[in-house]
Amino acid sequence: MRGCSSRSKSTQNQGKAVCMTNCPTLIVTVGLPARGKTYISKKLTRYLNWIGVPTREFNVGQYRREFLKIYKSFEFFRPDNEEGLKIRRQCASAALNDVRQYLTEEGGQVAVFDATNTTRERRDTILEFAEQNGFKAFFVESVCEDPEVIQENIVQVKLGSPDYTNCNTEEAVEDFMKRIKCYENSYETLDEVLDRDLSFIKIMDVGQRYLVNRVLDHIQSRIVYYLMNIHITPRSIYLCRHGESELNVKGRIGGDSGLTPRGKEFAKKLNQFIQTQNISELKVWTSQMKRTIQTAEALNVPYEQWKVLNEIDAGVCEEMMYEEIQGNYPLEFALRDQDKYRYRYPKGESYEDLVQRLEPVIMELERQENVLVICHQAVMRCLLAYFLDKTAEELPYLKCPLHTVLKLTPVAYGCKVESISLNVEAVNTHREKPENVDIHRTTEDALQTVPAHF
Amino acid sequence: MLRFQRPHASVPQFTNSPTVIVMVGLPARGKTYISKKLTRYLNWIGVTTKVFNVGQYRREATQSYNSYEFFKPDNLEAMKIRNACVNTALKDVCDYLNRDRGQVAVLDATNTTPDRREVILNFGKENGYKVFFVESICDDPEIIAENIKQVKLTSPDYVGCDKEEALADFLKRIECYQMTYVPLDDNKDRRLSYIKIFNVGSRYLVNRVQDHIQSRIVYYLMNIHVTPRSIYLSRHGESELNLVGRIGGDSGLSQRGAKFASALGTYMRGQCISDLKVWTSHMKRTIQTAEALGVQYEQWKALNEIDAGVCEEMTYEEIQEHYPEEFALRDQDKYRYRYPKGESYEDLVQRLEPVIMELERQENVLVICHQAVMRCLLAYFLDKSAIELPYLKCPLHTVLKLTPVAYGCKVESVFLNIEAVNTHRDRPENVDVDRDPEEALETVPEHI
Repeated sequence: MRGCSSRSKSTQNQGKAVCMTNCPTLIVTVGLPARGKTYISKKLTRYLNWIGVPTREFNVGQYRREFLKIYKSFEFFRPDNEEGLKIRRQCASAALNDVRQYLTEEGGQVAVFDATNTTRERRDTILEFAEQNGFKAFFVESVCEDPEVIQENIVQVKLGSPDYTNCNTEEAVEDFMKRIKCYENSYETLDEVLDRDLSFIKIMDVGQRYLVNRVLDHIQSRIVYYLMNIHITPRSIYLCRHGESELNVKGRIGGDSGLTPRGKEFAKKLNQFIQTQNISELKVWTSQMKRTIQTAEALNVPYEQWKVLNEIDAGVCEEMMYEEIQGNYPLEFALRDQDKYRYRYPKGESYEDLVQRLEPVIMELERQENVLVICHQAVMRCLLAYFLDKTAEELPYLKCPLHTVLKLTPVAYGCKVESISLNVEAVNTHREKPENVDIHRTTEDALQTVPAHF
Repeated sequence: MLRFQRPHASVPQFTNSPTVIVMVGLPARGKTYISKKLTRYLNWIGVTTKVFNVGQYRREATQSYNSYEFFKPDNLEAMKIRNACVNTALKDVCDYLNRDRGQVAVLDATNTTPDRREVILNFGKENGYKVFFVESICDDPEIIAENIKQVKLTSPDYVGCDKEEALADFLKRIECYQMTYVPLDDNKDRRLSYIKIFNVGSRYLVNRVQDHIQSRIVYYLMNIHVTPRSIYLSRHGESELNLVGRIGGDSGLSQRGAKFASALGTYMRGQCISDLKVWTSHMKRTIQTAEALGVQYEQWKALNEIDAGVCEEMTYEEIQEHYPEEFALRDQDKYRYRYPKGESYEDLVQRLEPVIMELERQENVLVICHQAVMRCLLAYFLDKSAIELPYLKCPLHTVLKLTPVAYGCKVESVFLNIEAVNTHRDRPENVDVDRDPEEALETVPEHI
């Protein structure tokens, strides 16, 4: 299990700190249809994977769709539909089977079992399953009676569902409402008294209120904290790098230099761009390095500095050009190309370290509404990977060019990305993974993908 | 606009309006315990916080406590005094938050009636403070009895009383409140921001968290527990760089350091702890120390020693020679001073916060770390200020055993009898940038 050091040699790239889980955790959603269970499942899974906890969601509706092929109508969900009940039970079993495989054989630490699970009977079955397999069960119930919220859910994610591809909007809404009704009569909400021995969080009215019972360990505590900080108020997050810096044009990494004239031009254009966006109450965040602060200064609005938004620390390679790194540390240079996510510069940091230190930023971004984050290449890659659910493999190679703003807007289960280049020339600082990552490669091979610079 | 924004703090201070945390609950439900602990935590992470204990005000107003009769709901004379005490406390809260630049005030009192809470809500509204209630509900007689034993029987109210009498009186005092106690109501109080803690944390109800600081408070309250346990803090064994008076770096243990590691193993085994967790940093010297224990340990990068930036691996003499001005600036404000390309103690506290949070969740833990790191952790447990923190004494080869007791922490310092260099440099008298090298180096401890 990652992070649990045994009594072995100190591994240079041991990133994760605490053993998050001894036994694997089974998160079980609970709630009527259109209460945000899948939204929560996907978001939580994305967050846990990003902080390094291998997590996967198992959506029982998906299994049902694969089994049935064609969805006819809400009648399938009627509580007196024996055939339907049989199939649904089978689907739940199949999903649990896959959960077992994921957690015991595939190295998963958390599985999110996404289904209505609205009866005590169903939940007891799951508890038995968890106990038999040595998993800890943690329930996440979403309770909501606000018709507007439910309507909005249906519009955002149900109408586009595979179940309703051949229906018009009105038919779909009507059928879905009847589907919800099928569950309502047998719905047994998690109860303070009857379920007092279970570990759960009950989310009421999209986060106005929470009931939290028997949090057992670190991972459950982190999950609760995360769930209590997310919201669904529409907003946009703007990510961009500082304007082009003096060290950028020289092809040097790291350091703390100021903006070039083109960089200053970008800052001005950024100001104009922000004005045109007409954003109410925009928060602006920078790192504590000159180049982001100088960029923010051009916006003429209050901004907040986060030390944790500072660029990745390249340790002994700070302020070097790639050619110099190859000249002075050819072995390190190759090792980095072999595993760019986990590789830690001597006396510096790895991308994995970056993610750890950026976690409070992500948590606060979740709490906030409209925010502009002016940061750095590696930092922006980490933040972007969180929002776009990129893997550790992809993350260090995400393209985050200078003088380009990424506007992220949550929509349905994901994030819409708009890439806006502000039309100010800048050097390219993106170095692709070269073909040859062997430690015995030639200098040419190593420097093959270094972008041009002065 | 942010109040009191300090441009070089590590993390933005996310408090706009000040916050008043209002405790709610019957006597002996842990309100003062929570108030003090929360205040200690908030101050440590840099949010200026102060507790206002109304019982304290009452003790000052009435001179000597006679009996529970003072608290009877029909005792009008006493009621007048008690109300006056609350008002005085609120006035002091105002002074603290407005005049003294406090960010959070904790009003520690029973606040068990809707009327009293209404008064406080109005007070908040008038002054532009956010109000957040923390209610502690407990019906477990064992817990209540333990509370009374730990903190009530030794209260100034019961000085000179026989234990049995004190207990009987206190139980009657609780009854006085019980008659008029109305807990926060899910329905009537749905517009308020609060957390309800049931039975020391087995269950929580959280309503309308408004902002960052309330979210952090809720997270903290949900992670603390009262299970008895001990936390052992120690530095790595003496290192090669320690011997030659150099700071930072990543060297291995000296011979004496290795002996210490062995002695540490013996000591910890002697403590007979079931389920001890052992944590180290990612640096050789703490890992080597842990290896000698022969048990599983976990490495935290966050526990790495403070990064001395351009001064890494220098002796103080060399720092004085190459960076005399930096050296003086550091002596002027050791807590906030950041080494060029390095860190400050203030930065350290921020990166250690997840460690503290996890220490709160855990039970018996041994943390093998470094001088500056240990000072930060110790400051948290012993409620030391930012001025004191960087000068706390954390000598090599000495284990500090911390055991929570009553409202604080008992500290046992155990020197494991293996000689080591002294690495503690006291603040010199002259911190002026124009001082002589001699004056700068006056307090440097001896080394090879």
